[in-house]
Amino acid sequence: MTATLVLPTALREAAGGAPELEIAEGTVRSALDLLAGTMPLLERRVRDEQGRVRPHIRLYLGSSDIEDLQGLDTMVGAGSRLYVIPAVSGG
Amino acid sequence: MTETTLLIGTRKGALVARRPRPGAAWELGPLELPMSEVYGTGIDARGASPRLFAAADSPHWGPTLFHSDDLGRTWAEPGEAPVAFPKETGTTLIRIWQIQAAAESAPGVVYAGVEPHALFRSEDGGLTFSLVEGLYNHPHRSEWVPGNGGACLHTVVPHPTDPERVLVALSAGGVYRTSDGGTTWEAANRGIQSYWMPEDQRFPEFGQCVHKVASHPSFPDRLYAQNHFGVYRSENYGTSWEPIESGLPSTFGFPMVVHPQEPETIYVFPLKADSHRFPATGRCEVYRSQDGGKSWTALHHGLPEGDYRAAVLRDAMCTDGGEPAGIYFGTRAGEVYGSPDGGDHFEKIAEHLPDVLSVRAVQLS
Repeated sequence: MTATLVLPTALREAAGGAPELEIAEGTVRSALDLLAGTMPLLERRVRDEQGRVRPHIRLYLGSSDIEDLQGLDTMVGAGSRLYVIPAVSGG
Repeated sequence: MTETTLLIGTRKGALVARRPRPGAAWELGPLELPMSEVYGTGIDARGASPRLFAAADSPHWGPTLFHSDDLGRTWAEPGEAPVAFPKETGTTLIRIWQIQAAAESAPGVVYAGVEPHALFRSEDGGLTFSLVEGLYNHPHRSEWVPGNGGACLHTVVPHPTDPERVLVALSAGGVYRTSDGGTTWEAANRGIQSYWMPEDQRFPEFGQCVHKVASHPSFPDRLYAQNHFGVYRSENYGTSWEPIESGLPSTFGFPMVVHPQEPETIYVFPLKADSHRFPATGRCEVYRSQDGGKSWTALHHGLPEGDYRAAVLRDAMCTDGGEPAGIYFGTRAGEVYGSPDGGDHFEKIAEHLPDVLSVRAVQLS
């Protein structure tokens, strides 16, 4: 069973144009670790080289910010949707 | 026939301008890498075809390094991060400020100066880089502080003939140099002033806010520096410095450029003060010295008349290395100017761009 990673428009080019990607069940961290192997360019847009989510990005599992759950250790269950949400910032 | 390529880094992307032959009109290409802040641009002209670099960063997606092997028509980046701190440092790359190819004596070597203060070295032409640990672990590191732009290593000056010697400048840490390929580094700031310190502490061993250092390949031990207040010259690769600012309207500024054929000819863009970062005379003027800093002349032929309020940043002025030499600069008003004759006459190459952060140029036969 798989879950879904939902990408903002700005990241789709790094995913070969896909708006969504299938990811394996497990923690958010394990999903991103797998992504680092298959789509490293996409993964390093989301996390820095120390494995920290970049400060202007939030990851939401369904309607919840993972920072309000267990952070990168939050479990991503089958059928759930993990959203990459960039901050509304800049000028 | 000589073609000139001018790479322009802005706050929201990069552009390439081309002049197909001397005297022809400039052709400005499309804006690439949109919404990326391109503080670092570089051109490695050592190979059969030049490699262009654009260090792009985004508050959202972090920093990366693009390269182009077709003069900016297409850009690529490796899948793995080309510049990244090792896990054991616990440090995150914030920005790549400087991309500088080494001299012909070190083929394939390219340096990256980054924020936070660190130097990276590539041996594969700029595709992958490794941290220069000798500088990263320097005992002074804990006392380096950020300048207004950040804790950046913004200047890399490889020695033109000795690949073991490299000089760097940090804000605010000052000038450092190595003579053993980066294993050990020594501060090289004697004579450079930190004006903001108490009077008896204005010439520290390190901690100066050096904005840019430049050298000439024919005189490797001669250096010129634009400091945070102060313009300096060294005849001994940074062992000591002496001021060369008499005749300038202000000693504050960011860029320092050396003419590619004339080692005594240098260019700066003075700003009024650190608290008033506007052109020192209120006009858009480049200042040139043709005697190694003994005297200075304002250059403004072809530049905007009247009041001008836009600054020129540390890497937003360059030469194309050609003969006759082209001199170029971009402003925070989004304009780019070029001179085909060493600064005697300027023309506008681009306008209405995002503010210009960096420019690099090369003449190609």
